[in-house]
Amino acid sequence: MKKKNLLAIGMVFVLSLTLILSGCGNGSSSSDSSSSSENSSSSSASLSGKITIGGSTALQPLAAQAAKEFMEKNPDVQIEVQGGGSGTGLSEAQAGNFDIGMSDVFAESKSNIDAKSLKDYQVAVVGMTAAVNPKAGVKNLSKEDLQKVFTGKVKNWKEVGGKDQKITLVNRPDGSGTRATFDQFALDNKTPAEGITQDSTNTVKKIISETPGAVGYMALSYFTANDTSVTKLSIDGVEATDDNVASGEFPVWAYEHMYTKGEPSKLVKAFLDFMMSDAVQTKDVPAQGYLSVKNMKVQRDAEGKQTDK
Amino acid sequence: MKIGKMVTDAAPASGGKSKLINEKGLFSQLTDRTSESRGKLLIYGSALLMIVAVTAITLFLSIQGLRAFVVDHLNFWTFITGTEWFPDRAENPSFGAFPFIFGSMAVTFLAALIATPIAIGTAIFMAEIAKKWGAKVMQPVIEILVGIPSVVYGLIGLSIVVPFMRQHFGGSGFNLITGAIVVGIMILPTVASIAADSIRAVPDSLRQASYAIGATKWQTIWRVVIPAAGSSLLTAIILGMSRAFGEALAVQMVIGNARNIPASILDPSATLTTIITLSMGHTTTGSVLNDALWSLGLILLLISYVFIVIIRFLGRRGEKR
Repeated sequence: MKKKNLLAIGMVFVLSLTLILSGCGNGSSSSDSSSSSENSSSSSASLSGKITIGGSTALQPLAAQAAKEFMEKNPDVQIEVQGGGSGTGLSEAQAGNFDIGMSDVFAESKSNIDAKSLKDYQVAVVGMTAAVNPKAGVKNLSKEDLQKVFTGKVKNWKEVGGKDQKITLVNRPDGSGTRATFDQFALDNKTPAEGITQDSTNTVKKIISETPGAVGYMALSYFTANDTSVTKLSIDGVEATDDNVASGEFPVWAYEHMYTKGEPSKLVKAFLDFMMSDAVQTKDVPAQGYLSVKNMKVQRDAEGKQTDK
Repeated sequence: MKIGKMVTDAAPASGGKSKLINEKGLFSQLTDRTSESRGKLLIYGSALLMIVAVTAITLFLSIQGLRAFVVDHLNFWTFITGTEWFPDRAENPSFGAFPFIFGSMAVTFLAALIATPIAIGTAIFMAEIAKKWGAKVMQPVIEILVGIPSVVYGLIGLSIVVPFMRQHFGGSGFNLITGAIVVGIMILPTVASIAADSIRAVPDSLRQASYAIGATKWQTIWRVVIPAAGSSLLTAIILGMSRAFGEALAVQMVIGNARNIPASILDPSATLTTIITLSMGHTTTGSVLNDALWSLGLILLLISYVFIVIIRFLGRRGEKR
């Protein structure tokens, strides 16, 4: 009898689990979002409630760090930081499922996102450059040569002043913010030739460091001072440093965006203010390998036009 | 024994109670532990849920997958035969998924080619040659291999197979055959354990008859046991192939994900699954690329249905014989 009973309980459990799971399948976070705005409307001085942040995996570590500090200051606030990719961040922010959608690219660049319905907070700047395997023997390329390398017009490093070594391209997938930025500002919107494609920067770095003649691109934070496994490429003689990005001399950089749907709620606004505060901008932002927006001497609009600040 | 007693004990009791239950009404029918209808409800419910799930997935994927053609007006024919996949290109973006369909097929068949001889050999060893040791040692080992998550196979591929290929065959090491080797190793235990089961299912009378007319052990295995297990061995291989076909993570880590048709097995390539996992997160819901990725998913589902149909067909042929 007991056995039967257990079996019955087990089956009920499995059934309910399936129901719950199938319920969740629709929207990745539809269940979390409903609670967020309601709780935050309590008028007491201390903040409480829940914020759901999601999207760009490049911005995720910074957002997670800031969220952790914000929660320490405001114990009643719960912040959930998810990944998912820039596209997911924008879509879900527009749909209202994320309170904040993180993106590596301007919402304007995605054709089916209504950029006017989203409010843009540029929380950090990320510089990037080409990474080359040390065996290629190049440290600097003119922009023209770099484009020749990436469009496949040049197949061997010796043609652009390097050693006799075949070029292997390492690309990023379509729609990736890193790829979009590199294509736009380093390749001047030329379509790169086919090569290996990987999404994760760590994998890209591993491939470049292990494959003779490999070249790819990644954020500046992944080049560390004593790391000789990959060569950080200068473009047109300008070294890819934070200072050169800030002054606008080095062209390949992008904003990291946080988008809210319309005006943010009080709680979300408080968090975004915290993101822009000195506590985050002077400490966490450089620690995570980004540049603070406040240090930038130039600014850019959604079309990529650069102007002095 | 114990169970038998329980059943006989329970039978008259439930027979007596069932009248009572009918009088008690619907609610107690569901709460009473000896109730017949409660069990029925649970079982029927599970079956129904399963059917609903399959139908819902198929429907959902069809609706999403057809959006690319209905809403975004991509041409279905150029979608599956086109060889250029440049969805992000500013002027005339093109969606040609043929390289990925080709890549998926190539990885699947190469993986089956690599895995089958080893898997069948292992199965024969387990089921015919070292029966006791096979059941005690090999079976659990193979079950452990089945349980290893695919990301681990991918990592092993990335840190061992890729450098090996690079050193011995040149290039970057990320290519079609590396993907096929990794997936081949991955499906090996699945194929081996199903093949071993089908060899065990061959009736002993066949083996005894073979020995009786003077056949050696090898002749018996080769001429009698394998042909007798024939169609179920094929089922094992095709099950393995369908697993290889759907594998995304391990393949993505080692195949290189280049979106043109590989000129040789030493060129990087991409599969339907790797393109979906690479690009999905970067796309916004409802964009053309997002819809096109759903269409790739629909193609995947349709091809895996084909695999299932083949398995059913082989199973039925096996039964007839």
